[in-house]
Amino acid sequence: MGKTFAEKLLGKKSGSGSVVPGQIVTVRPDHLLMHDNAAAIIGKIEQELEKFGVVDPELPIIVLDHVVPAANEKTAANHKTVREFVDRHRLVNFYDAGEGICHQVVIEKGFALPGSIIVGSDSHTCSYGALGVFSTGIDRTEAAALLLTGETWLKVPQSIKISVRGKFQRGVSAKDLILTIIGDIKADGANYCSVEFHGDLQGLSIADRITIANMGVEMGAKNAVFPVDRIAQGYLDSLQIASGTYDILWADPDASYMLELEYDLGAIEPVVALPHTVDNVSPIDKVAGIKIDQCLLGTCTNGRLVDIEKAASLLKGRQVDRGVRLLVLPASRSILNEALRLGYIETLSRAGAIILPPGCGPCLGAHMGVLAPGEKCLSTANRNFKGRMGCKDAEIYLSSPETLAVSAIYGVITDPRKVM
Amino acid sequence: MSNQDKIWKYGDDINTDMLFPGKYTYTCSTPDEIKPHLLEDLDPSFATEVKSGDIIMAGKNFGCGSSREQPALGLRAVGIKAVIARSYARIFYRAAINQGLLLIECPEAVDAYIDGAEVNLDLTTGIIRIDDKEIEFPTLPAEILEIRDNGGLLPYTRKKLEASRK
Repeated sequence: MGKTFAEKLLGKKSGSGSVVPGQIVTVRPDHLLMHDNAAAIIGKIEQELEKFGVVDPELPIIVLDHVVPAANEKTAANHKTVREFVDRHRLVNFYDAGEGICHQVVIEKGFALPGSIIVGSDSHTCSYGALGVFSTGIDRTEAAALLLTGETWLKVPQSIKISVRGKFQRGVSAKDLILTIIGDIKADGANYCSVEFHGDLQGLSIADRITIANMGVEMGAKNAVFPVDRIAQGYLDSLQIASGTYDILWADPDASYMLELEYDLGAIEPVVALPHTVDNVSPIDKVAGIKIDQCLLGTCTNGRLVDIEKAASLLKGRQVDRGVRLLVLPASRSILNEALRLGYIETLSRAGAIILPPGCGPCLGAHMGVLAPGEKCLSTANRNFKGRMGCKDAEIYLSSPETLAVSAIYGVITDPRKVM
Repeated sequence: MSNQDKIWKYGDDINTDMLFPGKYTYTCSTPDEIKPHLLEDLDPSFATEVKSGDIIMAGKNFGCGSSREQPALGLRAVGIKAVIARSYARIFYRAAINQGLLLIECPEAVDAYIDGAEVNLDLTTGIIRIDDKEIEFPTLPAEILEIRDNGGLLPYTRKKLEASRK
């Protein structure tokens, strides 16, 4: 019987050889990602850090992104704690406020190497599966123990195989695909599972794959992963990562799956996730016309250059509706720089958008762009839970960048194909 | 052990924002900071009325969403004896083990419970009694029990580190 990606990778990285789902293995992850919550993580183990130190100064990657620039004294003090920790332990992989959202930074800086294991104290750590990484979210306490020991346990997951083919129709993109999948299998449909994407993947760019892998956790997945094909290798080449420095692993054709699904990209339609769960997915025509107060374009799900480019091309020479605040949140400084150079930011600003610094910002309601009771926000983020954007009496709808940009023009949820 | 455990009953897909709103994630990390906001947007009475030894019962996918650990840490800190649910989201499941919070995955118990039923959870025998019905609940693998039985991951890690130094 063949092996799945997760079985092969965890067998190899744990030194256990052949492993089966349900088996518990001990692994030493290649990297441990933390963000602003590093302050709370190190606060748990101050004495142990003094006594034993950080197990390996190259293990942690720390990116300040969740509340940047600091919103108040407390978050400012957290950032200061993290900077002092980085200096004292001579950590090498630190990115201060303004560099970008941790998941985008990890990918851009070349940490997301195929065949590696990355765990992170953030649920969207699963994003790096776009490049064949086994990556998954953990809690703060586990991150604290990893800083000290470099080691953790993982249960070998069962796997789900999703095969795709074809190309998206105009106005439809990866966000519509992943929301459709989550709507089909629901928020726990892939709980504890490794989700593998197979088939003809030529229609999915690396940006598309990051959007899809990012939302793996929204169906409960432990990780979501794509094969390292020519598109992925081309992207790694563009980061100047030599092909000999990573390990290309993929599932055997006769591997065993608990569920197999197929999607024709050409048949995917624009969809919207309605409040207050990500799996509450509706075809756009059923919700078109709902009035919105705010639009959030960006986040680790859809804040890449191509997303900003799509919005800029739709909003060029037009104005955001008077009743709508359009917030633009690039996923990293390098994306912001490119978007500036290419004129997208000027286009969006002239259309009436508010440009925010790279970071997580309004997505989790900690600061900036908080909603008022009764307001509705259309967002390209990954979560629409009640209270997520800082107000439990507001509503969050999730969509693609195309749907968002067109809806911002009309002030109501609008099918992007009507104007494209 | 009391004969009857107080039950807080909730539905499916109780997510981490309901258990502990994201807006407090970067200002509240200690048990005392977390406790007043537990289940704030789901059940405002919980934080003021919960007592040590109470049980939470819920549907499927309990704890889905963010990796924030305040829900697990907070529920352990207020003395929740166990959460009994149909299923759990994996990051929450792991966080609970790491905090030493007992999670019981037991759809039969959730099915058997109707409002007002008398529930008694006996940790020594591994049996949940709901009115007259006795349901056995599954235990965790030995590797994982060792972490929980040491009071959570940090005490367990300290012990291991000290041992390796000797």
